[in-house]
Amino acid sequence: MDWSSALDLARFQFAFTVSFHIFFPAFTIGLASYLAVLEGLWLYTGRDVFLQTYRYWLKIFAVAFGMGVVSGLVLSYQFGTNWSVFSDRAGPTLGPLMGYEVLTAFFLEAGFLGVMLFGVNRVGRGLHYFATLMVAFGTVLSAFWILSANSWMQTPAGYAMNEAGQYVPTDWWAAIFNPSFPYRLVHMVLAAYLTTALVVGAVGAWHLLANRGNVAGGLMFSMAMWMATVVGPLQVVAGDLHGLNTLEHQPAKVAAMEGHYRTRQGAPFIVVGWPDDEAETVHWALEIPKAGSLILHHDPDAEVTGLDAWPRSERPPVPWVFWSFRVMLAIGFGIVGVGVWSLIQRIRGRLYDDRALQRVAVFFGPLGFLAVLAGWIVTEVGRQPYTIYGLLRTADAASPVEAPAVASSLVGFIVIYLGVFAAGTFYILRLMRQNPDEVALPGMPPEEEVPGTRISMGAAYRPSRRGVEKR
Amino acid sequence: MFELDLAFIWAVLIAVAVLAYVALDGFDLGVGILFPFLGGEHEQTTAMSSVAPVWDGNETWLILGGGGLLAVFPLAYAVIMPALYAPIIAMLLGLVLRGVAFEFRGRTVRGRGIWDVSFFGGSVVAALAQGITLGALLQGIPVEGRAYAGGWWDWITPFSLVAGLALVAGYVMLGSTWLVLKTEGELQQRARRYARIAGLTTFALIGVFSLWTPLLQPEYMERWFSWPALLYTAPVPLLVIACTAALYWSLGQGKELAPFLYAQGLFVLCYIGLGISFYPYIVPPRISIWDAAGPDESLMFLLVGAVILLPLVLGYTAYAYWIFRGKVRPGEGYH
Repeated sequence: MDWSSALDLARFQFAFTVSFHIFFPAFTIGLASYLAVLEGLWLYTGRDVFLQTYRYWLKIFAVAFGMGVVSGLVLSYQFGTNWSVFSDRAGPTLGPLMGYEVLTAFFLEAGFLGVMLFGVNRVGRGLHYFATLMVAFGTVLSAFWILSANSWMQTPAGYAMNEAGQYVPTDWWAAIFNPSFPYRLVHMVLAAYLTTALVVGAVGAWHLLANRGNVAGGLMFSMAMWMATVVGPLQVVAGDLHGLNTLEHQPAKVAAMEGHYRTRQGAPFIVVGWPDDEAETVHWALEIPKAGSLILHHDPDAEVTGLDAWPRSERPPVPWVFWSFRVMLAIGFGIVGVGVWSLIQRIRGRLYDDRALQRVAVFFGPLGFLAVLAGWIVTEVGRQPYTIYGLLRTADAASPVEAPAVASSLVGFIVIYLGVFAAGTFYILRLMRQNPDEVALPGMPPEEEVPGTRISMGAAYRPSRRGVEKR
Repeated sequence: MFELDLAFIWAVLIAVAVLAYVALDGFDLGVGILFPFLGGEHEQTTAMSSVAPVWDGNETWLILGGGGLLAVFPLAYAVIMPALYAPIIAMLLGLVLRGVAFEFRGRTVRGRGIWDVSFFGGSVVAALAQGITLGALLQGIPVEGRAYAGGWWDWITPFSLVAGLALVAGYVMLGSTWLVLKTEGELQQRARRYARIAGLTTFALIGVFSLWTPLLQPEYMERWFSWPALLYTAPVPLLVIACTAALYWSLGQGKELAPFLYAQGLFVLCYIGLGISFYPYIVPPRISIWDAAGPDESLMFLLVGAVILLPLVLGYTAYAYWIFRGKVRPGEGYH
């Protein structure tokens, strides 16, 4: 990139801030739902371990959620500061989608988050659970709207252009449920759930490795492995369908993902290699013959369109897309592998004894984030050279802001974000190091005063055995 | 069927969203600005706890303001953001630093100082940047075609700096009266003292700002001082004086809720004053709300949602405040 070009700086800045942001929703969407499940199980069974696990993850959730809120706020203004032409032209369509995100999701999350975190002594159990559910629901709603907006940029639909050059919605239903949206939504929400499951599984495994009898650690590990077993394969199917949808609407992106520069019949699947946009070839390619045609068209001899079908000015940069796609794929199949392995051990009754599996689970802890980031690079870089696919080129979408302004703000973002990220990660890891079996249980929401309810406060209370410095 | 002036309705709604933001996040930013001037760690933790359950919701109004602007006045959004690039980015970075401090501060003993500074510094920068943004917008933004046509330092002028300082003082006034409401004992006494200082400073800066505004553009002079406009503009400054006096009286009387309400009243009055100066322009001196408005399809689609959802939002937000009513209980929660 050109460090003196305002456009390149703006692109780098957006890539940086949005990549930073995606870590937090990817984690909090899954974690909010996990917390809702845990609190529900606690209310239903009255078993301490669910409440302990809930409170353990609640602290981690609070740290991650705060970072997600502030880094998301930045994005809602960055469209204007750095991409004002895009904002003016796409605002009439994308703006209302984001408006609905704020009205339905952000307020809901924010309004009930306070109750969820601080209201334990102020509201009854039922209301507290309701708050947890609303926060979880809000995170998923937020994903709904923002992925609809993103998908519209990939596969715009339901619009017409007015005399000012703005994309004006003509059919909201078609714009919201644009062709790539359902696939992207399912793929991303499952990704968020899996990412969270890998983190939870890693923490559980880590505590099991330290102490085979760790109750809460065992619970986390078991629940996470169920997710890998069940959701892992589902995600592969969802990803495949999403890919076929992309092939239909953005074939150049798929050609870049596959590293196919030439159109040919019986195209191979390139397992690894080094794509070279100048030479229009993949060096040192390790190929599976005909597999590319088979995957994309379910026919080994089908013709696969290569990038030569488009002029160079219409092609995305292949190496980024190609490599990110392979990183995502490898992690995805790795998760399926862990899921199968854990299922076998579970059936054999050895889930909590397999140290190798637990070590692998610890290793997989951060990989979900990497897969999510890689997936977003595939879809966003693969959309280039367009910001709105086929309609508005990235080079035409930027603000009339001078390069030094963009450069200095970029430096500000990098310095502050890296500091905040380092600190946040450090605090979260430190929370994860605490033994979940030692979470003390005073003062959950007092039971609503109904005589003869199943759970007494005594049952829910366990004397504090705190060993770790807590704050 | 009569025609709805959707642009006007939305101008009112966005104005209300921004006012809600200023009124709500204003007091928690004010608490941040006061942070180093509180009496030690216990008071600081108490003050922070008083806003911890609500700051996130307060800030959501800023996202609604920005997102709403993008949705219904995309042209204004596309002109204002590049024109005020530096203060907007500074505000965002300030909000990042103070936002993470809520959680991070409680997670460390040795590193607490860093997050105290980050909470304070972030709050000051955000408040200052918001005031500068307002001032720079009011003094007018050069536009060519559909884009900003000025330089990247245009926003910094003596007037915009006065606006920045006025907002900092105003937020301190909101924050200190909030602490009067939510705390007891020494901290409350201290907050009461700060409220007096901040109230007076705010009043003085409002005066400077108000006398300066009509000199910026002839239209502003016209809107304020022409006859019969004077009939409805004149009460605004008079009410500002009355409200400030009431603020002082209520602080002297040892009231707890009233000072906060009078401080908010001052903000509402200033906001009405700004409305008089701005209307019907959204980007003075050229772009009116009708120029900037998106197509009716967009305005109507989001309006349906706003009409249904905003009352709900207000309802559960008010309920969340109600749950945390009364004096703050530090140490409460999940830590």
